[in-house]
Amino acid sequence: MKHVGAAWQQSSPTAESASTAEQSRNDAPLIELSNVSKYFGELRALGPIDLAIAGASFVSIVGPSGCGKSTLLRLISGLDRPSEGRLQRYGADLDGPSRQVGIMFQDHVLLPWASLLENVMLPADVFPLPRAAALERARWLLELTGLKDFADHKPHMLSGGMKQRAAFCRALLPDPELLLLDEPFGALDALSREELSLELSRLWQDLARTAILITHDIEEAILLGDRLIVMSQRPGRILLDIRIDLPRPRDVDTAKRQRFLEIKQMARDLIFRRKQA
Amino acid sequence: MYVALLVLWELSVHTFAVPSWILPAPTLIAATARSWAPDLIYNSYITIAETLVGFLLALVLSLPLAIMIAFTVVLRQLLYPILLALQSIPKVALAPLVILWLGVGTAPKVVVVILVSFFPILVNVVAGLEAVPKPMLDLMHSLKASEAAIFRRVRAPFATPYLFTGCKIAITFAVIGAVIGEFVAAQEGLGYMIIISTAQSLTPLAFAAIILLTFISIGFFYAVEFLERRFVTWHL
Repeated sequence: MKHVGAAWQQSSPTAESASTAEQSRNDAPLIELSNVSKYFGELRALGPIDLAIAGASFVSIVGPSGCGKSTLLRLISGLDRPSEGRLQRYGADLDGPSRQVGIMFQDHVLLPWASLLENVMLPADVFPLPRAAALERARWLLELTGLKDFADHKPHMLSGGMKQRAAFCRALLPDPELLLLDEPFGALDALSREELSLELSRLWQDLARTAILITHDIEEAILLGDRLIVMSQRPGRILLDIRIDLPRPRDVDTAKRQRFLEIKQMARDLIFRRKQA
Repeated sequence: MYVALLVLWELSVHTFAVPSWILPAPTLIAATARSWAPDLIYNSYITIAETLVGFLLALVLSLPLAIMIAFTVVLRQLLYPILLALQSIPKVALAPLVILWLGVGTAPKVVVVILVSFFPILVNVVAGLEAVPKPMLDLMHSLKASEAAIFRRVRAPFATPYLFTGCKIAITFAVIGAVIGEFVAAQEGLGYMIIISTAQSLTPLAFAAIILLTFISIGFFYAVEFLERRFVTWHL
């Protein structure tokens, strides 16, 4: 299938994409957190955390429920501000959300009154992006995710997996350089979950962008990521940060490899030992 | 079922020889309605017009007010108590004053209709604008959407079903409002017909007018529901 890129990024760079292109030439990491903490009232929910994320990698962050991993993702997205510490994108302080960052939420958050195509086109309507090019890319993404025949359907007519696929298309429509995934498969049943995560992982590889995945599922984290970060109980801190040296493309058999099981055991031990302590 | 009830009504009136000025038989009501048809139709038209104009004005007034209340804390604290106080006064008690101020024409009836019907619309629209789920707002914020864009693409469509709920309550109130206005002082309208015919012991005519009012009210309700089904074709 012909790859339909984001035509507006080459032909008519917006002010924002031009400036980020310039910034990416210096060596600063895509995302850098220094001594970041988040408090809710008196309660420390997260941190302190130091973390640098380079471009073109898939980072999985795994941790027990309530460890603040979703909070961490909200900080990186710019939707929330850290209470302490510094959060930078390409060496510049983050001041709110960026159109270069796409988010896929735990819940699909499709607009129920809009068709799938209209939902996928939402970023193009809001920014706005050149309509014809965006429409072409939206249709291409829908085809890629097997939703071509449902473009005119309203979300309530579709299954949970299809809705998450559509949310994936929407996040990718503007061709963001960073994709944030907040337990995107959390609401799905085990079978669709595995199928969809592998499918999106393959799509991911083709599109070659940076992604940060938040999950409480260790296997999912290892299966999808190039890098695994394990977080502690609240207040969430980084317990482990390793490269996942498993070959790509990955499939269901990847989970049977010796190395996979080793990494999984290591992550489990860390999370559970901390729980007992 | 309905037919059986009518037959039962008809039979009991004849069996117990109930005088027609207390409870007329359905057949008598039908016959009276037929002979008074031109008057009934004209006065229905008057009441329908008052209801519709008042309702539409209430809609036009309450929508901007609802948006202002939903988006500005000051206005909300300022306006809500006043509106609530206004809502708490029985409109029947206000109607004579409105007539006193505005005379006996159509205007006071329309004003009473506005008074009874704008509050349910306002409260529901405010609730709808504020009930937008946080994830939807997060999504829009993550796209750096302006407040205007969030309003147009998320808040307004989300509040539409609430608007229709408010309209369905308001339109039935609106008919009542028009009749209240006509009760106090009028030369025409179905409410006026009811007052005049009961005063002259023309009970069958009063019944005919009441039944017409009921049909008008139900008709309006279903018209709003029809529009709702046209405009709200989604579920959460």
